[in-house]
Amino acid sequence: MTPQESATLRADLAFIANWVKQGAHVLDVGCGDGAMLAHLQAAKHCTGYGIEIEDDRVLASTKNGINVIQHDMNSGLGLFPDGAFDTVLCLSALQMMENVEGVLKDIARVGGEAIVSFPNFAFWTHRLSLLCGRMPVSKSLPYEWYDTPNLRCATIGDFSELANHVGLRVLDCVALKDGKPVHFLPNLRGSLAVFRLGK
Amino acid sequence: MASIGIVSAQAMHFADPLPLQGGASIAGYTLMYETYGTLNADKSNAVLVCHALNASHHVAGVYADEPNNVGWWDNMVGPGKSLDTDRFFVIGINNLGSCFGSTGPMHTNPATGKPYGADFPVVTVEDWVNAQARLIEALGITQLAAVMGGSLGGMQALAWSTLYPDWLRHCIVIASTDKLSTQNIAFNDVARQAILTDPDFHGGDFYAHGVVPKRGLRVARMIGHITYLSNDAMAEKFGRELRSGEYHYDFGIDFEIESYLRYQGDKFSEYFDANTYLLITKALDYFDPAAAHDGDLTRALAGTKAKFLLASFTTDWRFSPECSRNIVQALIKNRRDVSYAEIDAPHGHDAFLLEDERYHRLIAAYYDRIWQDLGRKA
Repeated sequence: MTPQESATLRADLAFIANWVKQGAHVLDVGCGDGAMLAHLQAAKHCTGYGIEIEDDRVLASTKNGINVIQHDMNSGLGLFPDGAFDTVLCLSALQMMENVEGVLKDIARVGGEAIVSFPNFAFWTHRLSLLCGRMPVSKSLPYEWYDTPNLRCATIGDFSELANHVGLRVLDCVALKDGKPVHFLPNLRGSLAVFRLGK
Repeated sequence: MASIGIVSAQAMHFADPLPLQGGASIAGYTLMYETYGTLNADKSNAVLVCHALNASHHVAGVYADEPNNVGWWDNMVGPGKSLDTDRFFVIGINNLGSCFGSTGPMHTNPATGKPYGADFPVVTVEDWVNAQARLIEALGITQLAAVMGGSLGGMQALAWSTLYPDWLRHCIVIASTDKLSTQNIAFNDVARQAILTDPDFHGGDFYAHGVVPKRGLRVARMIGHITYLSNDAMAEKFGRELRSGEYHYDFGIDFEIESYLRYQGDKFSEYFDANTYLLITKALDYFDPAAAHDGDLTRALAGTKAKFLLASFTTDWRFSPECSRNIVQALIKNRRDVSYAEIDAPHGHDAFLLEDERYHRLIAAYYDRIWQDLGRKA
């Protein structure tokens, strides 16, 4: 189910929205149908842009009333000047990128703060699948190995390392399950990793 | 979808001289225009559609006495179409110097009593916009819901946003650029040279000689036409198909593409004015709003207030996506509201005039937003 199909904002997005400051200038890298930015505009008077590559999502974002820029994120964020945004969102999109490190560096360049989420490969059902000798297919990784758009599989532990490597500090790290934070054994029990990063 | 049906053109005369960027001025002038739909009570639903090189004020519909003369953007503008005339009051204006009824080089120069010919002052995109603004003002409209244009029309929309920032709420710039590339200027000059060197041109005063520099116009159009299509689109449409299945070993028409271009050139030379072609290509060449700001487009667009939609087509090598991205980048730096779509269409520059579902749906979605904005405003 896409956020557009649901009447309210998806639970994980609603959680993440709490981390975005009132009136922030926001870049949403891989904005999908624009539901998140539309919500931030309406509920928190945020401004900004979404980036999408898919025609259908550019159209959906336009319908949702956000500024959407059709652009391949793999070719970087050259359209955006240094430090242009208070917050850069990259939600459930990073795992689809070829050049994760480059994109993350660019996110650090254009934003004061970044919020990044991705499916946690170390979620327990994923571990179980692998233990049984099969690639995981779950709600957070809903694809077969042969048709997945997810090029990069990472765990909560892995990502912190890369974030530090590109000069970002982990300000917050939360594992979500069905949009709710998991406090006990997050890397095992959380299906979505959410990082708040600063410089 | 249904066309708007029968439409008619109107003329508006302006007695006050219009000062032009080049230093000259036009003493008194007439602009042809058409409108579709109904202007609402608070006059907030007007959309100005700016035309490109060879088009006119005849944007949509047909004329009662010319049922085959369909407006140049009829697939975009009409009842229920992307620019919905059931919602918006759409205005098309024929630019100064054109050959479709607005004051142009074929009209009488009041100073000499003879046709302007080559003496018609060179007009710029900004001059056109100033003239359009007078007409909009005369219609009693103080703010346009949108100004939209493709190619050269997109340049006019962009110029509106800088020259009259309070006069438009949205600016829609399609397959356009803030300045022509060197290659584009080169193509334009080849076209101009074809006209200027045609013996029938007579230094622009061919009207007095009762001739038309058709050979020059034909070549100019052929060149233009090549650049409006993508290599792939041309290859797919014509390939190396031969007109009669074999080579003739002479310099007549062998290939289908030759036949097509010559037909297009002939058709064009029948209705288009050579002086107008020269003027319009110059207006294209000169447009460069950043020039007055040391080439800094960001500064040039700093005074804009409109919300923007830009669209480009991947196979358009004449007004490439890169050109649109430059404008988008400058608008982002100014923190303007801007959306940008890069449409993967095979047709080259011509795509902006063609029906493409993704393209038209996007424009329709954007006009929905403009419509919703109007509702909130009311």
